[in-house]
Amino acid sequence: MHQSQDMTTNRRPVNLNLLRFRFPVVAVLSILHRFSGVILLFTGLLTCWLLSISVQSETGFARAVALIGSPPMRWLGIVLVWAFTHHLLAGIRYLLIDLDFGVERRQARISAWIVNLTALLVTGGYVTGVVL
Amino acid sequence: MSRPAHGLYSWIVQRLSAIYLAVFILYVLEQWIFARATTYEQWKAWLASPVNNIGMGVFIVTLLLHAWIGARDILMDYVHNLGLRLTLFALLILVLLLSGVWALRSLVLVL
Repeated sequence: MHQSQDMTTNRRPVNLNLLRFRFPVVAVLSILHRFSGVILLFTGLLTCWLLSISVQSETGFARAVALIGSPPMRWLGIVLVWAFTHHLLAGIRYLLIDLDFGVERRQARISAWIVNLTALLVTGGYVTGVVL
Repeated sequence: MSRPAHGLYSWIVQRLSAIYLAVFILYVLEQWIFARATTYEQWKAWLASPVNNIGMGVFIVTLLLHAWIGARDILMDYVHNLGLRLTLFALLILVLLLSGVWALRSLVLVL
């Protein structure tokens, strides 16, 4: 009856205290999938620039290789390895769920744990030099 | 036949593009690990070979579509002010198109 009023001037208390929200593992995976996607998006222009100087000349290639090996890029590399691994694995998990694999609650929770932890493990492997 | 609903269309494109992106990136990683390009000549030759050049071109276009749908969905969820949302859409499209042209130009330059 008073629908528009209810939508705009609802006086019921709103609890948006993040510390009191529950974050099930599947929700964490979902948020990280978005977050990692945004990180990858923001590095697009940097990647375009590195690609462009690397093909232009011998010195450009040497410059790109040196930049990739430099300390600031190593730090960015850690973030990118995590973002890439998480985005890829979470994406594969979503595709499998679309194909009806692992839809059941227990399986979905287990696969979410596997994705979240594997992304961290691969990142740890990169930091310690085990991976790549 | 009418055009499929917009959301369904995006949903399908996002998944098909994801499959290509994943397969091609794993191929590149495999190539990088087993035949690491260490010189400028090797790098250019790798990029100039038809399979890699076309594969990379398709990859760039696919990546633009995937990034557009993903970022658009996030903006629609969190930015409720219509003016700001449209401004960010325009900025996003501009940056994506610029990146696409820039990356494709590098691919053509090695040929």
